[in-house]
Amino acid sequence: MAVSVDEAVSAGPAPDHPSPARRVRRRGRGRSVLEVVLLTALAVVMLFPVLWMIETSIKENRDVYAVPAEFFGFTVTLDHFRDVFVGADGGRSALSVAFLNSVVVAGVSTVLATVLGVPAAWAYSRFTLKAKKDQLFFVLSTRFMPPVVVVVPIFLMYRQAGLIDTKLGLILIYAAFNVPFTIWMMKGFVDEVPAEYEDAAMLDGYSRLQAFWKFTLPLLVPGIAATAVFALIFSWNEFVFAIFLTSSDEVRTAPPAIAGLIGGTTVDWGLVAAASVVFALPVLVFAYLVRRHLVAGVTLGAVRR
Amino acid sequence: MAGIEVSALHKRYPDGTVAVEHVDLSIGDGELFVMLGPSGCGKTTTLRAIAGLERQTSGDIRIGDTLVNDLPPAERDIAMVFQFYALYPHLKTRDNLAFPLRAEGLPKHEVRQRVEEAARLMRLGPLLDRRPRQLSGGEQQRVALARALVRRPRAFLMDEPLTNLDAELRADMRTEIKHLQGELGATMVYVTHDQVEAMSLGHRIAILNKGRVEQVGTPLEVYDRPASLFCAAFIGSPPMNLIEVEVADGELRGQGGLVLTPPPGLPRDRPLVAGVRPEALEVTAPGADRSVPARVVSAEWLGDEIIYVVDHSGGRDVRVRMPPTVRFAADAKVGLRHTGGTPAVYDVRTEELVA
Ligand SMILES: Nc1ncnc2c1ncn2[C@@H]1O[C@H](COP(=O)(O)OP(=O)(O)OP(=O)(O)O)[C@@H](O)[C@H]1O
Ligand SMILES: [Mg+2]
Repeated sequence: MAVSVDEAVSAGPAPDHPSPARRVRRRGRGRSVLEVVLLTALAVVMLFPVLWMIETSIKENRDVYAVPAEFFGFTVTLDHFRDVFVGADGGRSALSVAFLNSVVVAGVSTVLATVLGVPAAWAYSRFTLKAKKDQLFFVLSTRFMPPVVVVVPIFLMYRQAGLIDTKLGLILIYAAFNVPFTIWMMKGFVDEVPAEYEDAAMLDGYSRLQAFWKFTLPLLVPGIAATAVFALIFSWNEFVFAIFLTSSDEVRTAPPAIAGLIGGTTVDWGLVAAASVVFALPVLVFAYLVRRHLVAGVTLGAVRR
Repeated sequence: MAGIEVSALHKRYPDGTVAVEHVDLSIGDGELFVMLGPSGCGKTTTLRAIAGLERQTSGDIRIGDTLVNDLPPAERDIAMVFQFYALYPHLKTRDNLAFPLRAEGLPKHEVRQRVEEAARLMRLGPLLDRRPRQLSGGEQQRVALARALVRRPRAFLMDEPLTNLDAELRADMRTEIKHLQGELGATMVYVTHDQVEAMSLGHRIAILNKGRVEQVGTPLEVYDRPASLFCAAFIGSPPMNLIEVEVADGELRGQGGLVLTPPPGLPRDRPLVAGVRPEALEVTAPGADRSVPARVVSAEWLGDEIIYVVDHSGGRDVRVRMPPTVRFAADAKVGLRHTGGTPAVYDVRTEELVA
């Protein structure tokens, strides 16, 4: 009986009511126009500085200062990029050394934070510990303060320990800042991997560590990738510690080195822009390479088993 | 195969939770032993202690003649099936089955032979080349069982392996597990909180409550003579009627005037409660022989039976199981009488069976 009732309703003519499907579609189109407009506006606002930076990096110096500013039709030059890497004397520039330092410092500190943080996160996820919540809160609390607040005591401690103006010093402090972050992020990912895999593997003849290594770790790769990218970006961009704890050109990382370009009597904006472009590229490329893992990693917690 | 002895098991987690208070179990070689209890009573913890996945705070565990307290799970030679099947997601069924054997380092042809044997036993032939996510829940569980089988372990531990399946499939798998266990003569410890599962599977059942064993017995014993008020209320659906009784003139008289046959050796100086199964009572026409006046409060038609809730003068409401042919309307005036044998009688204060 129910079927025939339904049929009667749907078969009845309803000329002046658009079908629900049509209505939804029209509303959908209205919204998408608004969305496109808003997103375009947002994109322009967000991307303009980046665009301007890129333009400046390939303009002749006289075009940089041109009034009114020229968006198109200036002479393109790659001189600034050459200056980023090659010094005035033809050898390596201070900036290129700074970039290399950044790569080393950010890379090593990220690896260190991951190597320390992932097993810790696993342990926090798997084992019942005394006052686990308090421990985790304590771990997180080290991230409550902005670096500026602790930089003076750390400066004093580093001076005692002979870590001032060393890459090791920066690596250690960045790792220390990234370990809590890694533990918290990774704990979430480990929680998502059922402990039964490890239990089953242990009954199959593996030790607890082997079980972690062989079964849980491979399932954590997307999470590790996502976490490591965030840690890497933090270390790569970090400015406060870098400028306080390092001074020589041989040790300095890129952020203070680029900042150092501004502030003389004349500022070579072309060079600043070119250095900034070079500085921004690696993180972009890296994030692009692991984008699949990033998305999987960021959304993992939202998916129900 | 081997028996399992658990003595004075106590487990306290580092955060202070006492999951197992005191558990003694003696599981025979080739026995299908069921641990039954409400959520949080320590079933899983006990099982994991036997498996070696959790270290007990005190107490001894023996598998066969070996004291296994200090052995890691890998050396205890037991297999476990989990509620969540724990099949390795990146491996095909075939490799999931072969996995524990390869871990043991068995030669290739032996591995292949055993995998085929287990696959035949669990009828997995067409599924061998699929990955876990391409299998249905029931199929995954069959693979998990087969995975436990291939190792030919000394004992099987199962932690609510059927909970994630729908009712029909669950009944099928129950039969299958029981059959398999009999065929292999396997020692099996089966944890569940489903009493139907426990009754239909177990050679013996242990009822756990708050980290203690309340009763160990065959399904019949557990059903007929629950050892405590907890067991009485836990087993059976609907559970036993608990009727406050007094001993008078060689009779056991319930509060509403219901007369029961007294078991021998009843203590007289304590408040007592009789446990009466719903099928040991009968709803009759009013004024029938030996009946007390009563009123139907409500009736549940279950198809093959009717459960009447009956109010009898002053006593607590009781539930009565009747065949579907005997029909009374709600609010009807009826009679209520006891038709079963001697009921189980409990001391109200100790909550234990006294006769
Ligand atoms: N790793 C742990 N740390 C702390 N407490 C735990 C842990 N595992 C279990 N418990 C606690 O121990 C008690 C018994 O847990 P257990 O898992 O053994 O219960 P269960 O009988 O298996 O219950 P269920 O039927 O819900 O599976 C519960 O109160 C539980 O909260
Ligand atoms: Mg459990």
